[in-house]
Amino acid sequence: MSKGDIRNLLSRDTRADRVVPPTGYTAHLTLFVSGAMAFLAVFALALSLASGRIADRWATELAGAATLRINAPTAQLAAQTEAALTVLRQTPGVASARALTGDEQAALLSPWFGPDLPLDTLPIPQLIEIVEGEPGLDAAGLRLRLGAEVPGAVLDDHSRWREPLVDAAMSLRRLGWVSILLIGGATAAMITLAANASLAANAQIIEVLRQVGARDRFIAGAFVRRFTYRALLGAAVGTLLGMTGVLLLPEASDAGGFLTGVGFQGGGWVLPALIPLLGAVVAFFATWTAARRKLKELS
Amino acid sequence: MIELENVSYTYGDGELLSNVSVELQPGSFHFLTGPSGSGKTTLLKLCYGALLPTSGRLSAFDQDISTLDRDQMALLRRRVGVVHQNCQFLDHMTLAENVALPLMVSGRSESSEHGDLTELLSWVGLGTRLDARPPELSGGERQRAALARAVILSPDVVLADEPTGNVDWEMSQRLLRLLIELNRMGKTVLFATHDLSLIRAAKSQIQARVLRISQRKLQLAGADL
Repeated sequence: MSKGDIRNLLSRDTRADRVVPPTGYTAHLTLFVSGAMAFLAVFALALSLASGRIADRWATELAGAATLRINAPTAQLAAQTEAALTVLRQTPGVASARALTGDEQAALLSPWFGPDLPLDTLPIPQLIEIVEGEPGLDAAGLRLRLGAEVPGAVLDDHSRWREPLVDAAMSLRRLGWVSILLIGGATAAMITLAANASLAANAQIIEVLRQVGARDRFIAGAFVRRFTYRALLGAAVGTLLGMTGVLLLPEASDAGGFLTGVGFQGGGWVLPALIPLLGAVVAFFATWTAARRKLKELS
Repeated sequence: MIELENVSYTYGDGELLSNVSVELQPGSFHFLTGPSGSGKTTLLKLCYGALLPTSGRLSAFDQDISTLDRDQMALLRRRVGVVHQNCQFLDHMTLAENVALPLMVSGRSESSEHGDLTELLSWVGLGTRLDARPPELSGGERQRAALARAVILSPDVVLADEPTGNVDWEMSQRLLRLLIELNRMGKTVLFATHDLSLIRAAKSQIQARVLRISQRKLQLAGADL
């Protein structure tokens, strides 16, 4: 089908549109299905985009950092910390390394133990935050050297739990896109059914049109236009409602963790505008295919 | 113009027409007669491609009809006007819109041909009923409107399938006169009817041939009228 064919099929042809009487059942079904599917697609899109953002953030933030934990008796803790910092300063791929202060360590523990924890009375290991630089940290080599020079040091380059988290976020993103594809497929199936019902209901009119010399393109056009514009309208309403729902979701916050901030951000708000257009494209091809098949059957 | 050579048509296990051969010459007038269920409608449907022969060859305007695709068939039907016994109107459209339907589907503007449309409807005596809906029309009016629709594209051939089946004698005469008038304008006419009195009435007005379908075969019913 050429661009010209598509333009001709979609051009408003009041004569052809008048020939086929509108049927309430299929009109309402198409409007409802395209509206509901667009509503769901908005949420699937929001989920997919948010998952992508989370995956990127986790991958970026965690990949460039590592933590060194010094487990040592209280008397040796300061000496081993200083020794570890010395090793780190001499290690290629370490951009900076600093020991966390007592307050920072307390802040890390307070979500689990509460704010009144007497840290000074507990044997808390010292944490050292490492920021990686070029040419990248050789974690295995660093572990070997620390094992020899700082016996109580344990290096955690975050890879053990970073990768599953990023994988989970990426899977969630893929799931969002698969959902959008399924929504598109379900929309196509429902509109095909509605178009078939409409074509069958108008079989007598089609027979009359054929008898007076109507080409399939003329007959199909009347149905294609009607279903395409109905789907566009239904999807536009569904998208607006979906975007309103997303807008009402809680904003991203540290307290909410990754469960908040599922909405769109920045240019992402433009993407839902494509949903009604995609709905119309799906309806166009679904109706066109159904009409061609039905007209072949009726000939 | 339309030529059938040994055309047979079978539906399911039953043969409805067997080895039918006939040629409709340009400008000719043929009556097609035979009892109800003899195959008159089937023969007419074969002539405008609504049915395809099971065997034999059917050509229209020098084209083998079995080789035409659906678009080519649509173009062929614009050259063949058909009047059905049940008229086949679209009830949600006005009479004028129904009659102008062939103009619509062929992409010609109704508004630019509005004068012709009014003139055509006046010719069939319906000049004042343009905005009426088909259910509001009498049987005779519907048949005359169907005839107007059949000829609005000025087809070369007019096929009339029992157009007088549901109308009184006077209206039958009127429809016959309209078809004769069309034939005098050069149109080829095939008029299917089981009403022999109508054929006899046409005797003084037109040079026509009478074809009769009997036992699935087509025969020339006698000398030219």
